[in-house]
Amino acid sequence: MTTFQPVLLEAVGVAGSHTLASYRSRGGYAPLERMLKEKQPTDVIELVKASGLRGRGGAGFPTGLKWTFLPKDHPGPIYLCINADESEPGTFNNRILMEDDPHQVIEGIILSAYATRATTAYLYLRYEYPQSWDRLQGAIDEAYAAGLLGKNIQGSGFSLDLYLHRGAAAYICGEETGLIESLEGKRAWPRIKPPFPAIEGLFRKPTVVNNIETMACVAQIARRGVDWFRSIGVPSDPNNPRDPGSYGPKLYCLSGHVERPGCYEAPLGITARQLIDGQGGGVWKGRKAKAVIPGGISMGLLTEAELDTPLDFAGPGKVGCLGLGTAAVVVIDETVSIVDFLHNSCRFFAHESCGQCTPCREGTAWSLRMLERIRAGKGRLKDLELLAEIGNTMGMMPGSTICGLADGAAWPIKNAIKKFRGEFEDYIKRTNPSGWMVTDPVPALPIVAAH
Amino acid sequence: MITTQRILTPEMVASIEALAPRYPNRRALTLPALHIVNDELRYVPYEAVVEVAQLLGLAPAEVQDTLSFYQFFPQDKPSGETRAWVCRSISCALRGGEEILDHICHAAGIDPYGTTADGALTVEPAECLGACDFAPCMLAGKTLHKNLTKESAEAFVRDARAGKSS
Repeated sequence: MTTFQPVLLEAVGVAGSHTLASYRSRGGYAPLERMLKEKQPTDVIELVKASGLRGRGGAGFPTGLKWTFLPKDHPGPIYLCINADESEPGTFNNRILMEDDPHQVIEGIILSAYATRATTAYLYLRYEYPQSWDRLQGAIDEAYAAGLLGKNIQGSGFSLDLYLHRGAAAYICGEETGLIESLEGKRAWPRIKPPFPAIEGLFRKPTVVNNIETMACVAQIARRGVDWFRSIGVPSDPNNPRDPGSYGPKLYCLSGHVERPGCYEAPLGITARQLIDGQGGGVWKGRKAKAVIPGGISMGLLTEAELDTPLDFAGPGKVGCLGLGTAAVVVIDETVSIVDFLHNSCRFFAHESCGQCTPCREGTAWSLRMLERIRAGKGRLKDLELLAEIGNTMGMMPGSTICGLADGAAWPIKNAIKKFRGEFEDYIKRTNPSGWMVTDPVPALPIVAAH
Repeated sequence: MITTQRILTPEMVASIEALAPRYPNRRALTLPALHIVNDELRYVPYEAVVEVAQLLGLAPAEVQDTLSFYQFFPQDKPSGETRAWVCRSISCALRGGEEILDHICHAAGIDPYGTTADGALTVEPAECLGACDFAPCMLAGKTLHKNLTKESAEAFVRDARAGKSS
């Protein structure tokens, strides 16, 4: 563990790392050429299944298993969508991979397309990453010229076209069916599942949607093998037959109040404290952490006492967080008001709710209006019950919405109120000394412009 | 409204058509087409929506439905020559992003979402730009401005108004 060498990020900081020549010099594309020659698509699926790779986009679904949901012997076309709509606050690992080592991503895409028998892949890139666009387009052009994309790749008989598709600054496009709708030229309203994309996805054809980091992991599994991948991380819990484990390296994005923000590669299962004190150089200005977001804002909060939680797929859930999410760790120091944190979170989700499901559209906007009122010194203790109720009723888990955005909006509310209730109560009593105990209905509030 | 002048230039149409072979239907060209128009004009006027719809074989309402969802494409008037997005999501907010936004607006003499009278600069709050390692940050055109301070924010506004920023 102490001698962990970055693999996914091995090229970061190396001059010219985004070029084909650089990637080839590091052994890149040789595994792909070998696989295309020697292996069948089902072999690649078995390889990825055996590795235990779980999707890096946030949900942690086993990648190889996802691929097996595609119908057998489908006449095609089958589509592969690469989700690079990385918009979860605090997350930037995909950007680093696309900018500094785009060929690693492309090799993973070609391998995944070969495994799934997709002949067209769309890489859905968020608008906010113009540098990634340029680097990826340059790398795609190089790959076409080298016969790594296009017709009959390396004489294998396998053909693949890879296209970039630009988003327009909407968080919901990171939800896989929202992404599909957006690609089809519609508003990005997530679809009711089933049918899942593997059965009926893009252009009503079988579709796999995978994250950029997942693609990089596929490339490295092909190069270094299953045993290497499974030697890193946290094995599955022998007492829980449903736990697929947390294998492999992971990119952790560290930001907020740390001395050295950045994207760091570490074995899955590193604790938040190890990451902050080690790679991050500690909480900034010698202060203490009040709370830490474990994996993007929608995962909720760890308290200082919970910082020894391992950041694997199972860890954050054990202390009441939604999950590992995108592994974006954001440190909030002791000087920050938790009310301000929650206001920021509620504003984000009120802005990004797509408006399709009423509980999410109204719940996110309502929670923002309440936080605005609390911050304006008109809070009441009863508001905390109401916020908790909103948090408990919107989302896929209570069964009131189509996608998980509302669960992500609810979790910071639920976690903040549960773990920092005393601070909320003190704030409300201090800022509203004459009205904190009132329980009458609040008069209609002016609409807060979240946009 | 009846207009004789087309908004979509032959070059724009050619750029849109060049992408057509990538997709199995023409509706999927909606977002790429809107980007092509917006890249050129810095907005997508309603007349352009009608022309895009005609080009793609769609109802104008279908294109407008998609366009309005994103709240990304201005329709009434063009964005400033520089469109600056100042991040206000959590990682930037923790490092002063909201203050930077206020400061830039103040220096430019506009409110958020406003455009300077000379048309040089539009400033908008943005949700996470995915550059939290450089918080507080801002995306102006294609340029990411990292680790902003009051001084660098002021310098940015000066340059943008002098036409030196992208």
